Amino acid sequence: MARALHAFRYWLKLYSRTWRGTIVISVANPLLFLLGIGVGLGHLVNHGHSAALGGVSYSAFFAPGLLAASAMQTAFVESGGRVTTAAGWSGSYRNAATTPLEPEEILAGHMLFVAFRLVTSSAAFIVVMELFGVVSGWWALAVWPAALLTGLAFAAPIAAWAVTLRSFRHVNAFFRFVLMPMYMFSGTFFALSELPHGIRLIASALPLAQGVALCRSLSLGTASFPAAAGHIAYLVVFVLAGIAAARITYRRRLHA
Amino acid sequence: MVSGRLLVEARGLTKTYPARNGTPPFCAVDGIDFEFGRGEAFGFLGPNGAGKSSTMRMLGAISPATAGTLRVLGMDPVHDGPEIRARIGVVPQDDCLDRELTVRENIYVYGRYFGLGKSVIGERLAGLLTFAQLEDKADAQVEMLSGGMRRRLTIARSLINEPEILLLDEPTTGLDPQARHVLWDRLYRLKADGVTLIITTHYMDEAEQLCDRLAVMDAGRIVAEGSPRALIEAHITREVLELRFAPDTQAEAAERLRAAGLGERIELLPDRVIVYADDGEAALADVHHKLSLAPITALVRRASLEDVFLKLTGRSLID
Repeated sequence: MARALHAFRYWLKLYSRTWRGTIVISVANPLLFLLGIGVGLGHLVNHGHSAALGGVSYSAFFAPGLLAASAMQTAFVESGGRVTTAAGWSGSYRNAATTPLEPEEILAGHMLFVAFRLVTSSAAFIVVMELFGVVSGWWALAVWPAALLTGLAFAAPIAAWAVTLRSFRHVNAFFRFVLMPMYMFSGTFFALSELPHGIRLIASALPLAQGVALCRSLSLGTASFPAAAGHIAYLVVFVLAGIAAARITYRRRLHA
Repeated sequence: MVSGRLLVEARGLTKTYPARNGTPPFCAVDGIDFEFGRGEAFGFLGPNGAGKSSTMRMLGAISPATAGTLRVLGMDPVHDGPEIRARIGVVPQDDCLDRELTVRENIYVYGRYFGLGKSVIGERLAGLLTFAQLEDKADAQVEMLSGGMRRRLTIARSLINEPEILLLDEPTTGLDPQARHVLWDRLYRLKADGVTLIITTHYMDEAEQLCDRLAVMDAGRIVAEGSPRALIEAHITREVLELRFAPDTQAEAAERLRAAGLGERIELLPDRVIVYADDGEAALADVHHKLSLAPITALVRRASLEDVFLKLTGRSLID
C-alpha cells in the first residue's frame, strides 16, 4: 500500500500544476447552474407544481442531483481519458511499471487520486449549496461521502475499461452515448416519478439514478434506512466490481 | 548450475503473446538460453521483430515468461518482481518522460517510486545531472530538450536507484551521429563504474563499440553468441569485397564469380554482390584481370557484424 501512495503522490504532483483552474471550475459550475437553472427555471417550477418535488424548492431538489452528476463527470475526466493516456502515449504507467510498483498499486494510486479530486470538488460544491441555503444544515456532511461514493462507482469500472484502449475515440463516444443520456434520465432535473412506469423502472436502475437518489435524500434530510442502504449497497457493488475488473485489465496491459 | 557470479540466467526462455482481435498467437521469443555476470556489457543484436524488446521486458520483470526459466539477481521475475525492479534500471525505447515537468522534477518523481526520500534524491540529483550533462537544463521543461538530451535524461533517471543492472532498449535509435557518440561515452563511463549493461540494438557499430559479448537474434532465436571479434572470426573471412554492377547484370556477374571460385563465399544482394575473402585486394585484382568483369564500384573493407548477421540469417539487419 505504501507503494500505491507513491503513485498517488505522482498524480498530485502533476495536479499541483493545474489545481487553480479546477478549483474555479468546481465553484463556478454549481454557482452558474444553481443561479441559471435552480433560481431561473425554478421560479417557473415552484409556481406550478412543487408538490411533485415533495414540497421543497426546485433549487433544493435540483442541487443534490447536480452534485451527483458532477461527481460522475469528475470521475469520468480523471479515470477515462486520463487512464488511456497514462497507459499509452504519455508513458506515465509504463514508467511506474518499471519501478517496484505492481499494476495493482498503480491502479490503487490512481483511484486514490480520483477520490481526492471527488472529495475536493464535492466540498466546493457543497459549500456553494450551503451559500444558497439548499442543503439542510449538518446533512451536508452526510452528502459529502455520498458524492464520493457516486463518483467512485463510475471511476473504477471506467478505469478498468479505459486502460485497455489504444485511442480516445471510444472514450469520447462513451461520454456522448452513455454518460450524457444517463445524465438526462437519472432524475437530476426532474423526479423519476414523473416518468411512465416502464421507463421509470429502467431509469431508477441506472447507477447515476442511485447516486442522485442517495445524495438527494441526504441533502433534504429525508433519508430512510432501507432505501439509503439499498442505494449504498448498489454503488458499493459497482466500486468493488470495477476494482476487481481493473486489477485484471491493468495487469494485462502493463505486464503483457 | 547457478553460480554467485551470474547476474542473469535464462534457460529455454519463451514468450508467446495470446491471439488478439483476430491475430493468431505470436511467439516473440522462442526458447533462448543466455547468461551473464557482473560488470559485463551484454548485447542483443538483431533486426526489428527479432524478440529483443520482449526479452528485455522479461528481464525487467514486467512481462512473465510463457515457458522456460529466468533468474535475475538470483530471483524469479514472476514472484519477486518488485524486489528485482528495485535493483535494476530501465531505459525504454521511447523516452516516457513527463513532458510538462522539468528535468529535475522528472528525476524526482521517478525516484519517489522507489521509495527514496527527498534528501536522498536531492543528494543524487546533482551527480546525475552532471553525468547527463544537463546541469544548466535542470529547471527546463522536458518539452524544450533535444532528442539526445532527453535520452541522457532517461538514462540519468534510470540510475536514481543506483541499479546493479541497466537495461537499455535501442539506446541510440533516432539520434543523430553526434548525439550517439556523446551517449556512447556516457555508457562507457557507467561500464567503467562497474554497472552491468544489457543493450538491445540493430546497429552493428553500436554492438561492436559497447558490448563485450553479443547474442545475435533472429525470429525469436539466438543464432550465434560471442564477443564481436570472435563472432566475426568464427563466421566470416577477414575482409569483404563489395561490388556493384549494372542492375541487370548483377546476377550474371555473381554467377561468374561463383563459378570462378573467387573468395570463400559469394552473396548476391539486391544492390550489390559481396565476396568474402581473406585478401580483398587480391580478389578484386582477380575480378578485373582473370574474369575481365567491370564493376561500377568496388570496395574492400574489414568484415563486420553486419556480414555475420547476413551470413547467419540471409538478411540485412536494417531492412
